[in-house]
Amino acid sequence: MSHHIVQVKGLRHIYPDGTIALQEVSFLIHHGESVAIIGANGAGKSTLLQHLNGYLTPTAGDINIGDFPLTRATLPDIRRTVGMVFQDPDDQLFMPTVFDDVAFGPLNLGLSGSILEQRVEECLSRVGAAHLRDKPPYHLSGGEKKRVAIATVLAMSPDILVMDEPTSGLDPHARRQLLALLKDFSHTKIFTSHDLDMVFELCERTIILHEGLVKADGPTREIFNNADLLAECCLEKPFSMQNCAACGRPKTGL
Amino acid sequence: MASLHSAVLDLRRLELMANGDSTIHRLDARAKVLVTLVFIICVVSYTRYELAALFPFFIFPVVMVSLTGIPPLFIIGKLALLCPFVLAMGLFNPVFDREILVQLGTLGISGGWISFASILTRSILTVGTAFILVGTTGFTAVCRALERLGMPQVFAVQLLFLYRYIFVLTEESGRASRARELRSCGKKGLGIRSFGSMTGHLLLRTWQRAERVHMAMLARGFSGEFRTHHVSRFGWAEITFITVWSGLLIFMRIFNIPHLLGALLAGSIS
Repeated sequence: MSHHIVQVKGLRHIYPDGTIALQEVSFLIHHGESVAIIGANGAGKSTLLQHLNGYLTPTAGDINIGDFPLTRATLPDIRRTVGMVFQDPDDQLFMPTVFDDVAFGPLNLGLSGSILEQRVEECLSRVGAAHLRDKPPYHLSGGEKKRVAIATVLAMSPDILVMDEPTSGLDPHARRQLLALLKDFSHTKIFTSHDLDMVFELCERTIILHEGLVKADGPTREIFNNADLLAECCLEKPFSMQNCAACGRPKTGL
Repeated sequence: MASLHSAVLDLRRLELMANGDSTIHRLDARAKVLVTLVFIICVVSYTRYELAALFPFFIFPVVMVSLTGIPPLFIIGKLALLCPFVLAMGLFNPVFDREILVQLGTLGISGGWISFASILTRSILTVGTAFILVGTTGFTAVCRALERLGMPQVFAVQLLFLYRYIFVLTEESGRASRARELRSCGKKGLGIRSFGSMTGHLLLRTWQRAERVHMAMLARGFSGEFRTHHVSRFGWAEITFITVWSGLLIFMRIFNIPHLLGALLAGSIS
């Protein structure tokens, strides 16, 4: 099956002010893969993500989602296929209540009545937020907002989930809950993150972006074991792979 | 800035009230929009010195508030916020218009004072009713109703975006002004000079934020049309609501009820 693949070929993006955000980026993500895109601040991660659902138009290069090239004509379909969870849930939640917010996408897809209700209920209980349905989004805690933001995207039944910094700003407990939730999804998943422990736990494959180029692309464990590569890209090993902070000895079992 | 922020939170509270359940809440938004329009047209069409004839119109907001369970104090609080603007508008009427219109014993009341009171009453009536409309219907539904009544879709969407932008703008300006206050140590900071660049930053930041919100909307299939999940039909309840209220409002507009009552009372005494 090829319809949940993401293929990026020779992607280049130059902002109107002349900043070269992406020089040349190519990769292929297969169905069901869980891939992390990591890199220092300003490496081009967010710019890359914004191309995946057609919000930015490439200066050069192609993007294929499934069997379709990303063009103006295929945009509505691709936006449904690629569910995008933003870094700041406040940007994503804009309706008066949680229910309205989750219903926004399905309503645009033409759902109504009891099917709509059912879809919203399902997505909210999937992220453990069924009890929040009548609350206004701005009264929720950070973790709750994040979960509701994920529910709004799930409600579109996307095949590919793209998340920008899913664990940023979450407390350890909320982060743990989110990781468990994400592990459960069978979608093709693409994350960007600075939380390398999360990457280590969730993604079998990692792509490192550095100054708008793909610096490395391979199994997560291999990449995190390459100290020189990480240092060159202004990154560090995840804490779980570093030596014990108390006694300085290597942790066992890794 | 804190008060501005809380005012916006209150606006959101008004929006939440629209999720309530009452006979009025359940009516089709178009019926409520139409009756509110009739109400506003009736109230503003009086001459500037008309005061007594306006009072019977309070029946509409009072009945609506009592039927919908919207806290009356909340609406009154919102109206109090409006008062400074109305006062500024009508302040000079008593100064310029000194012709005595009413003589109460030895006290002469000038036309200026009467027109001032008339402006105040009319503002309370129209704005209060508009608040009640949003509080029973929700802004999205009001825009959708206007659209279904024939307003071009472009205007409806513009109106909705404008409404959204109020929240984005106040949130961002709240943050910017807090940051400024904290670093100016209770003094004026750089005073007026810092405001120029602050406003510029604010514009750019809200712009970016609005872009991200728009991006989130596009990502969820937004195609220029706002949809609501409240299913509403135009049935007998709506027709009755429109007929009864419009009938009553137009009757009150044509016949000066306090005048009629006064005449009746005077007639029965003599």
